[in-house]
Amino acid sequence: MATPQPNTADQLGISTEYQYGFHDDIKPAFKSRKGLDEEVINQMCDIKEEPDWMRQYRLNAYQIFKQKPMTKWGGDLSQLDFDDIYYYVKASDRSERSWDDVPEDIKRTFDRLGIPEAERKFLAGVGAQYDSEVVYHSIVEELDKIGVIFLDTDTAVKEYPELVKKYFGTIIPSADNQFAALNSAAWSGGSFVYVPPGVKVDYPLQAYFRINSENMGQFERTLIIADEGSQVHYVEGCTAPIYNSESLHSAVVEIVCMKGSRVRYTTIQNWANNVYNLVTKRALAYEDAQMEWVDGNLGSKLTMKYPSVYMMEPGARGEILSIAFASKGQHQDAGAKVYHCAPNTTSQITSKSISKDGGRSSYRGWVDVAKGAKGCKSHVVCDALILDKDSRSDTYPVIEIGENDTNIEHEARVSKIGEEQLFYLMSRGLSEEEASTMIVNGFIEPLVKELPMEYAVEMNRLIQLQMEGSVG
Amino acid sequence: MSNDLVIKDLHINVQGKPIIKGLNLNVNQGEIHALMGPNGSGKSTLANGLMGHPLYDIDAGEVIFNGINVLELEPNERAKLGLFLAFQYPTAIPGVSLANFLRLAVSAVRSESTNGTENAELIPMREFRRELRDKMRQLGVDDSFATRYLNDGFSGGEKKRAEILQLAMLEPKIAILDETDSGLDIDAVRIVGESVNRLIGPELGVLIITHYPRLLDYIRPQFVHILLDGRIVESGGWELTQLLEAEGYEPVREKHGIAEAE
Repeated sequence: MATPQPNTADQLGISTEYQYGFHDDIKPAFKSRKGLDEEVINQMCDIKEEPDWMRQYRLNAYQIFKQKPMTKWGGDLSQLDFDDIYYYVKASDRSERSWDDVPEDIKRTFDRLGIPEAERKFLAGVGAQYDSEVVYHSIVEELDKIGVIFLDTDTAVKEYPELVKKYFGTIIPSADNQFAALNSAAWSGGSFVYVPPGVKVDYPLQAYFRINSENMGQFERTLIIADEGSQVHYVEGCTAPIYNSESLHSAVVEIVCMKGSRVRYTTIQNWANNVYNLVTKRALAYEDAQMEWVDGNLGSKLTMKYPSVYMMEPGARGEILSIAFASKGQHQDAGAKVYHCAPNTTSQITSKSISKDGGRSSYRGWVDVAKGAKGCKSHVVCDALILDKDSRSDTYPVIEIGENDTNIEHEARVSKIGEEQLFYLMSRGLSEEEASTMIVNGFIEPLVKELPMEYAVEMNRLIQLQMEGSVG
Repeated sequence: MSNDLVIKDLHINVQGKPIIKGLNLNVNQGEIHALMGPNGSGKSTLANGLMGHPLYDIDAGEVIFNGINVLELEPNERAKLGLFLAFQYPTAIPGVSLANFLRLAVSAVRSESTNGTENAELIPMREFRRELRDKMRQLGVDDSFATRYLNDGFSGGEKKRAEILQLAMLEPKIAILDETDSGLDIDAVRIVGESVNRLIGPELGVLIITHYPRLLDYIRPQFVHILLDGRIVESGGWELTQLLEAEGYEPVREKHGIAEAE
């Protein structure tokens, strides 16, 4: 890594004419030593100038983390060394990485995706996205007028302490699981969103725009509160490969959907293939509220992610659409959880997975209906597509029903790309690669059509890239 | 003519079992041939083998198309040369719209590259849409076809019409219609037959493979062949279809000493 020095526009090849182009007050870069302990946490809190309650929260979470045994289910975590990881890297340090340090295959993918230069550097962690910052500022002004708060969580802790304190860690407590505890101790960045009662935000809020320093961190912490009758769509990530020299990404996303509100949270992530992506996502949906997770997982070494919805009051609805693409050396252990805690709540889980070149995808799902939660409905559909004989797909559904008056359906299908389908498409002039790509894109179409336009286009291009060279 | 399809002493086996046993046939652009035969005579094996289905093994013989022996070519390379197969049972491709698929297919067969492994440059969307709309109108196909997923949930008749629409868009030199009339009611046979008729001209050679002569009421072949036990045993003109219509395959079997396939 290059020695820290202030960025200049010339260095990054970016025009300085933007009003919000640069922070004049770039602080000296900081990077904690490897490993996590009280000292590192205290250091982090000092630098962030965090309030005492957050410091206590972190230290408490760290105690919980220390006591948790290594997670044994899901994927293979035996190679994950918690002591070999930097837990806090101040953002300005991140931008010191040289473009030359970015691996060739990542650069090639940027080329193929046609990602603009400045954006590439941002995605690769070698520069800030100044264009986006301008966009972000104008969006924040707009949102301000309707009372919507959209900040990075670090700033929110300082500017809206009461609001953050009221909900932070209440949906996913530190003790929930090993990685929630780790995130609670070491978190940085992530988004904080508050939508006031009755307000409908009619364009997606993109984490990508909210680039103020630390959102690309390894331990993001996102909290979204949709007040009564409000509506919001939050989009996280992007389809370009996220390059980070660190090998652990462990985010926590907490969402509260109050009465009659509607929240959609869309994630498309394509991690570099050395990354452990271990994420906890959970939403509480109150009376007649609707929560939708749209979750696309590509890349990484191991992803363990099961977005969940707790339906707390009658009429609540949870929907989870998830897609996983496991290629060589990758294990996508993804799925969904729904908890019907109140009567007349409904849920829908749609999971699609693709395994290729020896990749493994697993669906892990949980449907829970509490005693007395009458009239609940849940529909689960799991489709797996296996592209070759070296690849693997598993399904681990759990259904726990404490109430007789319920309607649960579970469908699972495993298919291979059929010789007949390939022959049919090839007989029309498509190469084998074009034909398989078309079949795979068709397979994930139900998810892709739920994505905002630009993400849908990129998703299809990405599948095309993943499929390239897959036919020998 | 260089665009002939010349089949010489072709032998095809399926999972080790010989099905086509020395078949000879020439089809030129502008000609319409009917190949008629009872179930089990090898009709679909011939169709799939000509297009290059991987499960159909060619034991011997040659298939020369456009002056090139196509037996070593991938199905997509055969398509690019101008060979087309209308399937008896078109496969569904869920999630892929007919229009998106056809745009890629049309781009592939029209691309200059003869290398079947390179991805084709897409033809411009407007140009493609206009052409697709015109062809759909010409064939009386409903506009909704374009956005429906390819063969997914299509009725038997719709699948066959989608095949003919693909034929119209891909503009092959030789088209093989494999049992295009099977599974259709009489109205659907008429509609499909009339559609094919609209496409017939000096640039298109057609090999209609069929069990029943009824499609031939709409598409009148100049040449009729009878396939029994993997070989063409009779070739002639329209009169052969009349003979089959009147007497069935039995007299032909007896004449050539071929027992009914089990």
